[in-house]
Amino acid sequence: MIIKNVVQILRELRKQKLRTVLTLFGIFWGTTSVILLLSFGMAVKARTSETMHGMGEQICIIWAGRTSISYGGFPKGRNLNFYNGDARYLKDNVPLIGDISPQYTRSLPANVGAKKQSFLVSAVWPEFKEMRNMIPREGSRFISPIDEEKRRRVVFIGNDVEKTMFGNKDAVGKIIYIDGIPFTVVGVLIEKQQDSDYSGRDKDAIYMPTSTYLAIYGDRFINNMVARARDINQTDAMKKAIIAAMAKKYRFSPEDEQALPIWDTTEMDQFLNTFFNGFTIFLGIVGVMTLIVGGIGIANIMYVIVEERTSEIGVKRAIGAKKRLILVHYLIETFVIASVGSISGFLFSLLLIFGINQAPLEDFVGVLKVNPTISIASILIISTITFVAGWGPAKRASNLDPVVAING
Amino acid sequence: MIKLENIRKVYSTGKVDVEALRGVNLHIKKGDFVTVIGPSGSGKSTLMHIMGCLDKPTAGRYQLNGQNIQHLNDNQLSELRNREIGFVFQNFNLLPYASAYENVEMPLLFAGVGGKKRKEKVESILKKVGLADRMDHRPNELSGGQKQRVAIARALVNDPNIILADEPTGNLDSTSGREIMELFVSLWEEGHTIVMITHDPRAKDYTEKVVTIIDGLIES
Repeated sequence: MIIKNVVQILRELRKQKLRTVLTLFGIFWGTTSVILLLSFGMAVKARTSETMHGMGEQICIIWAGRTSISYGGFPKGRNLNFYNGDARYLKDNVPLIGDISPQYTRSLPANVGAKKQSFLVSAVWPEFKEMRNMIPREGSRFISPIDEEKRRRVVFIGNDVEKTMFGNKDAVGKIIYIDGIPFTVVGVLIEKQQDSDYSGRDKDAIYMPTSTYLAIYGDRFINNMVARARDINQTDAMKKAIIAAMAKKYRFSPEDEQALPIWDTTEMDQFLNTFFNGFTIFLGIVGVMTLIVGGIGIANIMYVIVEERTSEIGVKRAIGAKKRLILVHYLIETFVIASVGSISGFLFSLLLIFGINQAPLEDFVGVLKVNPTISIASILIISTITFVAGWGPAKRASNLDPVVAING
Repeated sequence: MIKLENIRKVYSTGKVDVEALRGVNLHIKKGDFVTVIGPSGSGKSTLMHIMGCLDKPTAGRYQLNGQNIQHLNDNQLSELRNREIGFVFQNFNLLPYASAYENVEMPLLFAGVGGKKRKEKVESILKKVGLADRMDHRPNELSGGQKQRVAIARALVNDPNIILADEPTGNLDSTSGREIMELFVSLWEEGHTIVMITHDPRAKDYTEKVVTIIDGLIES
């Protein structure tokens, strides 16, 4: 009986092409826009988070500044410097610090064969890798504790340095001359998204062990330090402790905000988290609104369908159709429209997403991904709305008084 | 076959109660061809709806084939309409998007008749009403007389015990009307029981029994 009913419904749907097509299109478009909207939003969110974390997650970059308060007999306006042992001193005296690394920086000429170019060279500890997301390409590595200990002449280079100096060849294991001194390349940075930096992009830089660097150049001052709290929720406390420790050593006021400028990326994280939570809620609301509008459209169309077919329903009742049959008929009709519409909408959105991903928009919106949970949820929600929207009119249709319906 | 005893029907329209039928008694035997005539508002359509089990009387007893209608529920009434009664309406009431064949097939679908048997029945009945070459035509491709033939075929397809026709010639020109009346007569001669509501005076010439209804009561 149900199968015959479905056959008949499909027949009726086919015969009322325009109406069916319009209804289908409404649901189709609703599904497509919701899925697109949500994947778009999530792609932007993921993209922003990814590029922001290209520099590193929840880290503090610390510079030596200039005092702005006179303290302990020193006038204000005194320039401060970090000396070689300061990173070690902080690590020993501030237990809240999880990782810390000094960073020495110089612009130095490099050459490979006849190719010559200057690069920013940084000397750092192995801990730098985790803090600053220095992810080595497969088959290569960052500077190791043993390199540091043995003062090895090894470097880790940015992916653009490799491209410039080695062309398309793999640089790992090759020699690069820096300031005329040969270094072995042990690692190359993977291609990563980075939209913030403090001394050039990582892809354009060269990294070497501090021991090697100091043996060659003998710097007295550290350019800056990078630190990360043991517990990221303690970042604020760690900053205070670092300032206090340095204030004690270099005799400046712990209240002096300009003596030790610290760039805390967690602050940006917190802002972006708040922003994107709002953004996600906004997208969710827009999505739900779209679905509700779609549902109202469906309810409207179903209402009109029942309205314009009252006499038909009356005739069917007169020639022996039971109430349940009329109800099931309209529900199946709604169901067929809802499922065909939402599934084709889903497939179309996949196609659109594929198309959008081919366009050169990656830097702005990232790569659109279809989240299966959200897709299934959207399809279920729009189907449910369609079904609920169709239920009232279907129920009304089945309860029509056949006499009134025939005369109507 | 049909036994109406003191049938009353009251419509409540808010403040005023309208008494459409005020105690109708009617007896129709198997093989009868009965014409019910009466002015508009006399209650003849109400009578037709009650006889067709589309509506229940407010009071009185209605027996169809010895079965009391009052105690049946909606599902049972639907089955009864499907099996026992064939309706023919003044304005045909065909489904506009379905072909003649599909329109006639519908009662069989509701009755759950299998595919092969359905095809046989629909084709033979359409042949019988003279529409063998019009099976795939939709109502808007058929003349008024042809539409009514499709409706009659639909009424007949489930072998009902009684055919109820409500002004079947009301929307037809006189030639088509005569043809339809002749079709009803031939069906009657085959042994079908027919109750026809009409105000066509010529209808009397075709039928054996005329019932006049005025103000909700039968005048005999």
